[in-house]
Parts: sequence; structure tokens; C-alpha cells
Amino acid sequence: MSIPLTKKDFVSDQEVRWCPGCGDYAILSQVQKLFPEFGIKKENFLVVSGIGCSSRFPYYMNTYGFHSIHGRAPALAAGAKITNPNLSVWVITGDGDAMAIGGNHFIHLLRRNFDINILMFNNRIYGLTKGQYSPTSEPGKKTKSSPMGSLDYPFNPPSLALGAGATFVARSLDREQKHLHGVLQKAYEHKGTSYVEIYQNCNIFNNGAFSDLTERETKMETQLQLDHGQPMIFGKDKNKGLRLNGSQFEIIDIGSQFSKDDILVHNKKDKNLALLLSDLTYQPEFPKPLGVFYEELKPTYEELLINQIDNAKVNMPTANFDELIRSSHTWEIK
Amino acid sequence: MTQVKKQSEELDLVTIRFAGDSGDGMQLTGNQFTENSAIFGNDISTFPDFPAEIRAPAGSLAGVSSFQLQFSSKDIHTPGDILDVLVAMNPAALKVHLQDLKENGMLLVNTANYTPKNLKLAGYEQNPLEDGSLKAYRLIQVDMNKLVITIAKGIDLKPKIVTRSTNMFALGILFWLYEREPDSTIKFLNEKFAKKPEIVEVNTRALKAGINYGETVEIIRTTFRVPKATLKKGLYRNIMGNQATAYGVLAAAQKSGLEVFYGGYPITPASDVLHYLSAYKHFGVKTFQAEDEIAGIMSTIGASFAGDLAITATSGPGVALKTEAIGLATITELPLVIINVQRGGPSTGLPTKTEQSDLLQAMFSRNGDAPNPIIAPYSPGDCYYAAFEACRIALKYMMPVFLLTDGYLANGSEPWLIPSLSDMPEIPTRKVTNPNGFQPYTHDKDTLARDWAVPGTEGMEHRVGGLEKSDGDGNVCYDPMNHDQMTRLRHDKVEVIANDIESAVPFGEESGQLLILGWGSTYGAIRSAVELAIEEGLSVSHLHLRHINPFPANLGDVLLKFQKVIIPELNMGQLSMLIRSKYLVDAIAFNKIQGKPFTLHEIYNKIKELVEG
Repeated sequence: MSIPLTKKDFVSDQEVRWCPGCGDYAILSQVQKLFPEFGIKKENFLVVSGIGCSSRFPYYMNTYGFHSIHGRAPALAAGAKITNPNLSVWVITGDGDAMAIGGNHFIHLLRRNFDINILMFNNRIYGLTKGQYSPTSEPGKKTKSSPMGSLDYPFNPPSLALGAGATFVARSLDREQKHLHGVLQKAYEHKGTSYVEIYQNCNIFNNGAFSDLTERETKMETQLQLDHGQPMIFGKDKNKGLRLNGSQFEIIDIGSQFSKDDILVHNKKDKNLALLLSDLTYQPEFPKPLGVFYEELKPTYEELLINQIDNAKVNMPTANFDELIRSSHTWEIK
Repeated sequence: MTQVKKQSEELDLVTIRFAGDSGDGMQLTGNQFTENSAIFGNDISTFPDFPAEIRAPAGSLAGVSSFQLQFSSKDIHTPGDILDVLVAMNPAALKVHLQDLKENGMLLVNTANYTPKNLKLAGYEQNPLEDGSLKAYRLIQVDMNKLVITIAKGIDLKPKIVTRSTNMFALGILFWLYEREPDSTIKFLNEKFAKKPEIVEVNTRALKAGINYGETVEIIRTTFRVPKATLKKGLYRNIMGNQATAYGVLAAAQKSGLEVFYGGYPITPASDVLHYLSAYKHFGVKTFQAEDEIAGIMSTIGASFAGDLAITATSGPGVALKTEAIGLATITELPLVIINVQRGGPSTGLPTKTEQSDLLQAMFSRNGDAPNPIIAPYSPGDCYYAAFEACRIALKYMMPVFLLTDGYLANGSEPWLIPSLSDMPEIPTRKVTNPNGFQPYTHDKDTLARDWAVPGTEGMEHRVGGLEKSDGDGNVCYDPMNHDQMTRLRHDKVEVIANDIESAVPFGEESGQLLILGWGSTYGAIRSAVELAIEEGLSVSHLHLRHINPFPANLGDVLLKFQKVIIPELNMGQLSMLIRSKYLVDAIAFNKIQGKPFTLHEIYNKIKELVEG
């Protein structure tokens, strides 16, 4: 019997160099705490990243790791997963890395459904380049590169992921450690590409971007916890909920007019519902969904590939190189 | 009936070209004659040339597709310069290719396609078949459409389908002309159209009708025999460059005990490497058609880190996109092979035409000092050995390696003495499993290679990445002296390979008036021209480089033994620039940038000019 691993086993000897107070610390700590719980040997983890503050992550994990180039981590992860499907592969990325320069690789990884986990730290700003607006920054945002306000409309990350064919879409918060732990656990358990958006505070360049969601005074009113099979109730007194009016959500109060039974029950297998929920991201009058939006099971890319190779080995001639290169017309010179 | 007296003449060398509209099946026809000549025992060399457009407007100059073939009883290295026979299936083909037909050469045309509309599309004011402008050639005019429709009677096919067999009719005439049996083509038709017996039937009838036409028509009184070549003994097949490249990769996998991972994106003229490898799943080959060129190489880097023999193939525009990732593979010191099947540039350039203009891209395109070894094959069959060598170097020295082939090698073909896997050397890898004392960036003192500890190996967890790494422990390191040392190490890693490759040995005399220095696909034209010049007593030698980075260790000494060095290249002088800067030799650049290979005579004339002039 080997000794079970602990968080300490996953802490590398490298000094962590994020800014003091950065939300990344909390995420790192949670991942280091979570990994030993899977019962996987340390050498079978691979943590891959691109470029950006979040992408320093692999250096701090005492696993195999690859800090690659900007936006390209998903493609690198795909190659490693094909080569060794036994690896538990984690892509650590940010809103610039995944949504801007790496948008293409991001959507294609999702549609292929590798069994890979993507953690996207969304702080709605470029941190490492010192404060330009990102593809998830709100319109009109004033930054170093947009002194008169950004002209860009933002991506809605869960909608983008769902549109790309993601089979697992979830959202959590750096400040909600228990919640984050639970969501990452579910992402790990999902067989297929798991996409987790983590709202993360950049206290230097975009401090308080999610304070409505994280501060005690407001968060009960602004967080909508999604639990499969549970009604979508929120509010300090747990007396509000969502229901559908046609294809639009509306907020109703539990009390005289409506009961708990009138509240819509979350079904993570319903893609249309997931798309409607993700659309709440930028609607100020609604609470923001957290948890698992959507989950679907279908064969992973690597399973399908292994099947093809196995079938080829059974159905095609024996893999003999000398026979292969002699299999066209040949002639003998005597 | 008058019996025409048949004469037969022996030749040692013939060059023919099939040319027609893209839809006329010229590539297939050329391949069939090639196959037939190969099986007969001639030495052969081919040059397929086709438009970038999949379906250019019918009858247009842009839509002309051709296939040139030289076959011989001697050892030949090129598809030939001047045509003995031109098959021009339509006026556009005639317009484009007539200039290459020798005086009194045979010109076979399908008159059915010489309509006013097609003549106009080709830019002819008058019909050249009627205005006497083709008097210098032996013109054979056949209404092939009419003949194939006649022989297709009783077969339930539309005339439009039937007339597609005119290429087989033309092939039949050439089979007759060169005294060939059509069996291999009939077998091919039966295999290719196994599910369409009526197509097999009409094509077979057209082929035989062509042979019979040759026998009965009076205009051709003489047929020709090109005897078997005296090639080296052994078992042969015909091979194209891209196929040989795929085989070389597969052989390297067998000899290194690794599985192949190929990540790439389709691009002309490299896509066939992907096509071939994707058919070898039973060998455990994993091919990944990525979303773009960048993902193609990034997946390859991931696969390399995880322990596969990692390959990507592309052409110049693709290398441009992959360049940042090649830098990443360089600094992470991971083995992979980047195959660049070069085509005409810059930008999209000439996608289906050949060029050697990506040499300096392979040398210098990365940001920072990021040298990579460069290897170039010199013939279609040599792509096998060069691809194998590229894999060997990548695995031994733990770095990305460029293999520079080109469109001419990729699609050209030649008889190939089939090697045995047992003749190829074993390729040891640097994979390690013992964690005692392991450091990811410890370098071997001879090869300067680091060890390859792949994910899944217990006790060797480590991180790599694009930031500068500390020599030894591999941690991120911004120390100035470490960066100096690591930059020199990456440079030296390429330089030490010079001790591990064959020395430069010129063909011909070891010293003299003139050395022709070449690389890549220009081999055939240079060697043929040099052979001819030596026969005539000229002082000229030929050195062809397989390794361009690093150069063979003795290259400088060899260059100094000649009064003049000339470097023919299908670019503006890229190897010339490297040679001049490294060896301070006043090499003469001889450049051709027409999307076409050198002809023997272009090189030969240049030799004469330099030696005699």
C-alpha cells in the first residue's frame, strides 16, 4: 500500500510570484488540495498552460507541466492526451489566453471532446501586460489601451463554450473555496472536455470586478446556485426564484402568489436551458448562475481514436513494414 | 489491303509529355505510362505539373495539367528537357507546351477538342492544325471522341462519360509507339473501377483501340524500343517523394520503438504525407488533423513531451504560422520533425509549383537565436532516407529538425530499390525512467542533449516551458550568464551534429576548375549536366548537400580546392548566402525562380560558360 498523497505532494519548490492578494492563490490552493483526492498517481497529472498570469500555474504544481505559448495550450494538451490517454490533463488559461489569441484552439478542443479539463480564470482584464481590456471586459471599460472606453462587445464564455459543443460547462468563484472545490471535483469526474469558468479578482488592474458576487452584503442576491434537480432559488431569505415566461426568465417571489413549485428546476442535461442561463451573464437585473450549467456524455476523441487503431490492428494486414513498402507493383532486376 | 512494313528502332532515352485540360485525366495517364515503363525495366523520372485550381474553367490556359516522363535504358536523374512526344489533348495544352517539343518531334492531338471556342480560349486566332504553323512537327491528328464513341457502342453510358476515355486512347497509341503491353493498365482499370464494370469496359476498349489505331494508321511507320536499364540488382517499385517521406517516418518509428504522432493541417503540396500516414493506423500511427497550422505543431509538441515520435508536415505558409511554436520546441529541447514540402512563395505564391525558397526561413525564422538542424533529400526515393535521418537527429539530439523537400520531389517519382528495415540503423532514444539524480535540463557532454522523462514516469515530475530555463534543474531563470550559456548550448547542439554526418565528397575530381554545389531537388539536373560535361572532358565536379545545418565538417576544405564554385538554386541565392557568409568563398549564384526545376541544359550551358568562358 502506498501512502495516500496530500496537498503538500502537489506543491512545487518554486516561489509563487503572483501579486499579493491575487485570486489565483486561492485557485492554486484549491487545486493542490483537490488533486490528492482523486487517487491518481502524481506522475499521471499533466498541467498545461499558455501565456498570462494564470499560465504560471504549472510551475507551482509538483506534477508534469508545460508552460507553452499564448493561446495554444489546448492544442498541446490534445497532442499529449492522444499520446498518453491515461494522463489527467488540466489546461489552465485566462480570458485573454482562451478567448482572444487562443479562441480557435479553445472552441476546437471543446468540439472534439477530449477528456481534458479547462480552467479559465476570468478576471476581465489583461494583467501580465499591465491592464488592457480583454474579450470579456464590459463595453465602455476604461483601461490603458481604451482611455475613452472600450468599443468591444464582450464574449459570453459559457455561451461560447456551449456553442462550440462543450459537454461540461460550469462556473465558480475564486472566493468561494468550497464551491470551487465541488465544481472542480465534478469537472474531473466528467468524461469529456470540462470547461470551468472561474471568476477571479485581479486586485491590481480590475479590483472588485466581481465584488457584487463575492461580498457578503450582496452575494445572496446576486448568486444563483445551479444544482441538478433543484429549483433555482436565490436571495438572502431563499424566497426568490426563476421561472420561464416563454423563452425569457423572470424573477418571482415565493409567497402569496407563487410557491416553490412554480420555480424552474435545473436540469443540467438540457442544453437549451443552459444557453438561457448563460445568457444571464451580462443581465444586471438577474442573479449570476454558478455551478454546473450543462453536462452531456458522449464518446471522447481519444476513445474513438483508440477504437479506430484497435479495429485497424484487427482488420488490416499485419503491421509489417517490409511487406507494406512492397505492397505496390514491384519488379526484380536480376 | 497493303501491308505497311513495320520498322522498329532502338533508342536509349525518350521524353514524353501528356498535356490536356484538368479534366482530361493526364496525371492518371502519365502515371500509367510510368508504371508500365517501370515494370518493363526502364529507369524513369517524372514531373507532374498541375494547376492550383481544382476545376479551372474547361479549355482555359490556367486549367492545363501535364505529366512529363523520361524513360531510359541508362541511369537518368531528370524527367528530361526537350520532348520527343507531346500529347496535346486541347488547344490550351498545345499553346502552353509546344515550345518544349523538339523539331520533328511527334505531336498527338485530339481534334475533337480543337473547336472554335477552345481555340479562342487558348488565344489562337486561327486553328494551328490547319494554318501550317505545325509543319516542323510530326503531327498526328485523331478525332478521339468520335473513335471512342464508336467503340463504346452497346455500353450503356452517356457520350459525355464515354469521351472521358480518350486519355486511354492516347495512352494506347503511345503504348503501341513504344512497343508496350497494356496489361498493367488493364489490371489497374479493373481494380480502380471494380464497382463500375461499364467504365472498366469502355476504358479498356479505348486503350486497345489506341493500340490498334497505331498499328493500322499509315502515318506512323516506325515504332521504338527503349531497352531495360541496367539498374542495380534487387526488387524495385515506383515511388513518389511524399510517400517515401511517410515511409521514412514509419521506419524511424520501428527502429526507435516509438509510435508516430502526426499533427498537421492540410496544405498543398504536403497533404499527401498526412494521407499516407493516416492509412497506417494498424502500425499504431496517430494522425491528428488540427484546426490550423499552429495547432498542428502544438499538438505535435504535446505528443513529443508525452513520448511519441512527433511529426508535422506543411509548406512555407504553414511554417510561417508554426514559427513561434518551433521556438518553443527549441527552448524546451523536445524532439520533433517539421517537414516543409516547399512551394513557390512568398505568401500563397505558387501552391502547386516547386521552389527552394524556404531555406533561410528554416535557418532563421524564429525570434531569438534558435538554430535547428536542416536536412534535404535529393530525389523522390531519397525522401525515405532523409526523413529517417531527420527523425534520428531529432531523437538523438532532442531538438526540432527541419526536413526540406519540395513540390518537385513530393509529386515526382522514380524507380526505388526497396530497402529492408533490417538495413536501417537502430535509433536509440533518450527516454529515462530512473529518477535518481534526474534533472530535466542536464545535458549529455557529447550530444548536448537532455534526457526525455515523459509524463507517467514515476518520480520525474518536472515543468518545461517557453521561459528561459536554468541549465541543470530546468527552473525558470533570468540570470544573464545562464541565458548566455543556454543560447550557446542551443547553438552548439546543432554544431556538434557535424561530427555525426557523412563528410562532403564531390562527384568527379576532388579539385579542379569548377564545383557545382547543390542541395535538394536540383540533384538530378546537376548530376546529369555534370556527367555530360565530364564526358566531354570539362573540369567540373558536383557536391550535393544533404545536411545544410550544420554543414559537413570538411565542406570549407572541399570548396577551397576549386577555382570557382557555382550554386544553382530555385530561389534568389539562399544557400549561396549561407556559404558566402560562413566560408568567405566567392560562390556564384545561379538562380531560377519560375516554379519549375532546372533543366539539364540550363546547368550544362552554365558549366560551359564558366569553364570555357
